[in-house]
Amino acid sequence: MIGQYLSLIGLDKHFGSVSAVTSLSLEIGAGEFVSLVGPSGSGKTTALNMIAGFEGPSAGKIVIGGRDVTHVAPNRRGIGMVFQKYALFPHLTVHQNIAFPLRMRGRSNKTRIATRVEEMLELVQLSSYGERYPQQLSGGQQQRVALARALAFEPPVLLMDEPLGALDKKLREAMQFEIKRLQERLGATVVYVTHDQDEALTMSDRVAVMAGGELMQFGTPTELYRQPNSAFVADFIGRMNFIEGSCIENADGTAVVRLSDDTVLSIRSKGLRAVGPSAGETIKLAIRPERVRVAKRGEGGAGCLAAVVETCVFVGSVHIVLVRLESRPDVLLQIQLPADGGLPFHERDQVDLLLDDGAIHLFPETERHAA
Amino acid sequence: MSGLSEVSPAVSARQPRSTVASARFYSRSVSIGLATPLIAALLIGFVYPVTRLVALSFEGGSLDNYRRLVAEPLYLDVLASTVKVAFIVTIASLFLGFPVAYLMARLRHGVAMVVAACVFIPLWTSVLVRSYAWVVLLQRNGIVNALLADVGITDGPLKLIYTQGAVIVAMTHVLMPFMILPIYSTLRTLPPDYVRAARNLGAGAFRAFISITLPLSLPGVFAGSVLCFVLALGFYITPALVGGPGSMLMATLIGQQTTVLLDWPFAAALSTVLLAVTLIFVFLFRKTLSLSKGLHSVH
Repeated sequence: MIGQYLSLIGLDKHFGSVSAVTSLSLEIGAGEFVSLVGPSGSGKTTALNMIAGFEGPSAGKIVIGGRDVTHVAPNRRGIGMVFQKYALFPHLTVHQNIAFPLRMRGRSNKTRIATRVEEMLELVQLSSYGERYPQQLSGGQQQRVALARALAFEPPVLLMDEPLGALDKKLREAMQFEIKRLQERLGATVVYVTHDQDEALTMSDRVAVMAGGELMQFGTPTELYRQPNSAFVADFIGRMNFIEGSCIENADGTAVVRLSDDTVLSIRSKGLRAVGPSAGETIKLAIRPERVRVAKRGEGGAGCLAAVVETCVFVGSVHIVLVRLESRPDVLLQIQLPADGGLPFHERDQVDLLLDDGAIHLFPETERHAA
Repeated sequence: MSGLSEVSPAVSARQPRSTVASARFYSRSVSIGLATPLIAALLIGFVYPVTRLVALSFEGGSLDNYRRLVAEPLYLDVLASTVKVAFIVTIASLFLGFPVAYLMARLRHGVAMVVAACVFIPLWTSVLVRSYAWVVLLQRNGIVNALLADVGITDGPLKLIYTQGAVIVAMTHVLMPFMILPIYSTLRTLPPDYVRAARNLGAGAFRAFISITLPLSLPGVFAGSVLCFVLALGFYITPALVGGPGSMLMATLIGQQTTVLLDWPFAAALSTVLLAVTLIFVFLFRKTLSLSKGLHSVH
């Protein structure tokens, strides 16, 4: 395994009076694949630049495998990096590009460098492409060369800055698996920056969600999806429906809320945080599209919401039903239903919505939302 | 260049459609009509005089003018020293201009504008004025001589003006913007990620410059060098003002033949030779550039 652990300790970065990153702390284990996600301007790229050494932090420490590299020049950090547009040197062949980090490290033995380059080309399945120039390759091939170049010197940490942003969807998905396969095979520690939360969830061991320069939540994909700690994370990771309301009572693991359509719900849920909203507070109720059940009007039973079907779309794996709350037509909810059988509902059908008690989250209204 | 279609299929896929559309929009006769003024200007103002000039040099179907040119060592010496001066001026402009261009490309926008103004305001000033400025500086009782004497480096005034050195210094000054501009525009379009990648892969700041920035700036260096060299080969005003009889260049020699000696056929022969030499060098420069593979795609 080539990877080593990486600690970011209280990293701050401000440009003039603008704060790009605020007290960012992350502990990333050796061989772990961690994604930094967030909307643009969330500070994820600045964080990556600080790890790479292109930007000096205003405060805080960066430690790789026990070595404090906070003030070490980028070329002495030994970190590999794959750039957004690959940054392959256009005047060098594929072979020379991959040999570059080896030459810079003073490995003067030509045959050993050549052997290593061949190994790397084989690893990314481009063995016969050594003599080509980068611009003679397709986007996906350039991507693989960039990966081979960054891994050639077995860096303890590999940084990737939206490396798949320039590829089309099919190729992107294929590359996701390829990168993941390489990372696992080599045991590399990877910090992966992306704004695509699907990509982050697919590839990562853990995901750090950032917004406005701050770390919102750091956890496994399942944790982020099932136990988001804020309305922002809930909204940013996957699809989430929000209904406004107010908290009437919150005690003994049961919360009673009045939603904006005047439905009163009594909720017992694991999704409720230990410190939930207090009585009288304005709240947002959040629930995933697949955790809402839909019944014909009058068949929903107690504690259901009256709604009208707006549209019903078949998207292959599921049906997506858009409904509006009957007494609050401004609230539009998305619901996912299993795709077996035909379209279960039609436009303007009156339905009852049953929220899965165990999957409800309550967030204080004041919290920030994803853009 | 050739690499463009491979680099950005999206762009190349879009562009032909728009050209086809505009070709359809303007009918064939309108297109020809639009190009006519320019073609006419070129024919009357450039092709015709040059053809006449070349024809004039072969006056009466004889090669007499060229025999004279080759027989008298003076003329070939002038040609040789013209090429030499142009070469030195180009190299000097390159070494002085590259750091300026590099600085301009790296500075923040506002500061870069100030530096750019310092480079280009002289360019907008008449060559005559700039050359006379050098006369003022370098003359016997000029500022440079006064300074050298006051500091005590020299006892009496040096002969600075009307020397080949003076010509080289003044021409370098006058031609430097033509070197700086192409290099600057090349460096400016280099994505900063290249240098970052080099640093990240283990190159120190200097090695990153030598192995990445410098080779990638070569198209600009070649363009600037060709421009400087070609302009220097045919430069007239500055050598005429700052240079003396001992440091005559081709342009001044041709000027002398036409205005003083009124020997037009011989002046035409000299011009034809200068034109041929210039074309040969341009051709050689282009050959060299096309040998450096992989650079095409950059710009």
